[in-house]
Amino acid sequence: MQPSADSCEACTPGMDVMRSGHTACPGCGQAISMRLVLRAIGAKAIVVTVPSCVSVIAGPFPYAVANVPYYHAAFEVAAASAAGISNALKIQEKQDIPVLAFAGDGGTFDIGLQSLSGAADRNEDFIYVCYDNEGYMNTGIQVSSATPTHAWTGTTPTGNTRRKKQIMEIMAAHRIPYAATASIGFPEDLMQKIQKARDIRGTRFIHLLSPCNTGWKIPENMAPKVSTLAVETNIFPLYEITDGLHYQINYMSKGLPVEEYLSVQGRYAHLTPEQIKSIQTETDRAWRDLKQKSGGQS
Amino acid sequence: MKQFITGNHSVAEAARRCRPGIVAAYPITPQTPIYEKLSEMEASGELGGIMMRMESEHSSMAACISASLTGARTFTATSSQGLALMHEMLHFASGARTAIVMACVNRTLALPWAFWSDQTDTLSQRDTGWMQIYVEHNQEALDSVIQAFRIAEQVLLPCMVVLEANFISHFMEPVDVPSQEDVDSFLPEVNLPRRFDIDNPSYVAGVVSQSQYRDFKQLSQEAMYVAQETAEKVDQEFGSFFGRSYGLVEAQDLADAELVLVTSATITSTARVALRQLREKDHKIGLVKIRLFRPFPTEHVRKLLDPVSKIAVIDRNISLGREGIFCAEVKAALCNSPVKKQIQGYLAGIGGTDVDVDLIQRIVLDALSRDAFLDRPIWMKEE
Ligand SMILES: Cc1ncc(C[n+]2csc(CCOP(=O)(O)OP(=O)(O)O)c2C)c(N)n1
Repeated sequence: MQPSADSCEACTPGMDVMRSGHTACPGCGQAISMRLVLRAIGAKAIVVTVPSCVSVIAGPFPYAVANVPYYHAAFEVAAASAAGISNALKIQEKQDIPVLAFAGDGGTFDIGLQSLSGAADRNEDFIYVCYDNEGYMNTGIQVSSATPTHAWTGTTPTGNTRRKKQIMEIMAAHRIPYAATASIGFPEDLMQKIQKARDIRGTRFIHLLSPCNTGWKIPENMAPKVSTLAVETNIFPLYEITDGLHYQINYMSKGLPVEEYLSVQGRYAHLTPEQIKSIQTETDRAWRDLKQKSGGQS
Repeated sequence: MKQFITGNHSVAEAARRCRPGIVAAYPITPQTPIYEKLSEMEASGELGGIMMRMESEHSSMAACISASLTGARTFTATSSQGLALMHEMLHFASGARTAIVMACVNRTLALPWAFWSDQTDTLSQRDTGWMQIYVEHNQEALDSVIQAFRIAEQVLLPCMVVLEANFISHFMEPVDVPSQEDVDSFLPEVNLPRRFDIDNPSYVAGVVSQSQYRDFKQLSQEAMYVAQETAEKVDQEFGSFFGRSYGLVEAQDLADAELVLVTSATITSTARVALRQLREKDHKIGLVKIRLFRPFPTEHVRKLLDPVSKIAVIDRNISLGREGIFCAEVKAALCNSPVKKQIQGYLAGIGGTDVDVDLIQRIVLDALSRDAFLDRPIWMKEE
C-alpha cells in the first residue's frame, strides 16, 4: 500500500532544509533525493557527503545549499566519517543529533564498501542514504557495480556485461537494525522511511533509486516518472529489512512489463528483444524471491 | 613515578593521560601494543573515551578527522603500510585543520616485506601538512605525545610523534610516568572548535576556486610557522613543569668542532657514546640532533651550523634516486649560509640494520679524512 501524504509530517511544504540555488543539472534526481531526505530528517541533523554529484549540488565555497552542518569527506569514507561524528557526539552527550551520510552508488557499492561494512559491523549510529543513479555520474557516466546489466555507460559502450550488485543483501548480512529501499517516485514512502530510521539506533541504510537524466538519457522532467516505473515494473521494489532478517514489501506494484521502464531510457536504446526478455525473466525471479522472503506477501 | 616499560607502552600511558575522547585504530606490527594497551585501558575505564576498533587505517584516520572536527580530542597510532594507506586522509586531516595526534612507529615499507626500523614511511609523508617530532628514547616518546596535544590544539594542525620500531617500540627503559594530575595541569581540557553546530550550521570542506585553494594553503603554511614557535614554547614550559625538555634541535659540543654529525632518533644515543670516545682520542666532533622535522626548524639549524664547514648526516631512510632525507633537508636549509660547506650524507641503519658505536666512528673518520665530499650518499654497512 502507498502511504498517504497526510500521515507524513515532513511532507508538508515549507519545511525544506535545502534552499534554492543548487547547482545540479535541471530536473536532477539527486537534487530531488537530497531535498526529500533533508526535509524528512529535519534541520537539526549533521550531514556527511562525499565526492559525487551531491558535492556539486551542495554549492561551491562559501555558498551552501543545505541549511545544516555539512561535511564533505573523502570519497570512500562516508561511513567512517559519520561514525567519527556520532561517537564524538556521544562523548559530548549529544547523541540525539542524527548523523546522516549521503553517498552515491560508486561511493557505496564500490570504493566505500569496506568503510560501510566496517561501520555496519560495529553497528555505528548513523543513517546512511545511498542515492543510486547506477553509475559514476559526477565523473561523466562510467560503470559502477550498481549499473544494471546491458545498460550503456561511457565505459560500457556496448552495454554492461555485469549484474547489479545486491547491496541490500550485503547490508542485511551485516544484521543491521534497519535497511530499506526507496524511490523518488514515491516521496511519502521515502520520507517516512527516513523518519522511521531516525528513531532507531545503530546503522540504518536506505537504498534510494535516483535517476541521472544525463546518464540515463531521459528528458529532464522524467526522473520521478522513471523512478515510479522502476517500482511498478518490479525492477526496484520498495521493501524494508529489519535486523537483517525480516523482509517486508511496502508496496505491491502493478507488475508492468519491464519494457515500459527500459524503453523510455536512451541508455537501453540498443537492447535486443532477447535482452529485454532476459531482464524480464531475472526481474520476475527476483520479485518471487523477495515475496518469498517477506513471508509470501502478495 | 618511574616504570620499566617499552616505548609503545610509554605512548599509551601518555595518550591516556591526555584524556582523548576518541581513539580510532587498526593493528599493525610494531604499533599493535599501543592499540592493545589503549583497548585494555578503555575496558577498565581508565581511558575515559571511546575506542573505535576500525576495519582499516584509512577509515581510522577518516574517523579521527571527523571526530576532531566535531570537537573531540583524538588519538591514533600506526606504522608503515598503515601510514601509507592513510596517505589520502593525512592531507585531509591537515587541510581540515584538525588537531589529531598520531604515534607513528617507523617500520620498513614493502617491498620487500620486513618489520624493522626505517624512517622512510613517515618521512615520505612529509608534504602532508602534519607536524612531525622524531624521538630518541622512551621517555621522549611519552613526553612528546603530551606536548603534541598542546601544540596541535593550539595551532590546529595534526601532529605525528615518530618512534622507531623495536629500538623504541619494544625496548624497555625506565620511564618517568607523570601523574594524571600533573598532565591535567599541563594540558588544558579539550576546547576545539565544534564545526558541526546544529544551531549555527556551516559547510566544512566545500569546493573552492583556484585562488581560494592557494589562499588556504598559504594560511596553512603560516600556521606551520606559528607551530614552530608554539612547539618551542610548549617544550620549554614542559621543561619547567616536568623538568625535561628537548628543544626543536639539540646541539652538543659545537664550540670547537672540526666536523658536526647530524642525526635523528635512536641513532643519536649511540652517536653520543661514539663521539665521546672520539673526543678522548682528540677528535673534536659536534652533534646536532633534529627532533622537529615538520615544520623544519631552518633558523635553528642555520644558527647552529652556519659557522661549521664540514658536516656529516646519518640517515636511516632514503628517497630513492636522491639521498637520505634528513641530509637533503639539511643541505637545503644551509644553502644560503655565508660559510661554504661540505656536507656528506651517509646511509646507515636502513632496513633496521644495526648502527653501533663502531659504525658511527667509521662514518666520522671517513668524513674527517675525505678530500672530496660526494653529492651521492655513502652506504655504510656492518663489518
Ligand atoms: C579516491 C578517489 N577516487 C576517485 C575520485 C573521483 N571521483 C569523484 S566523484 C566520482 C564519481 C562518484 O560516483 P557515485 O558515487 O556513483 O556518485 P555520482 O557521481 O553518481 O553522484 C569519482 C570517481 C575521488 N574523488 N576520490
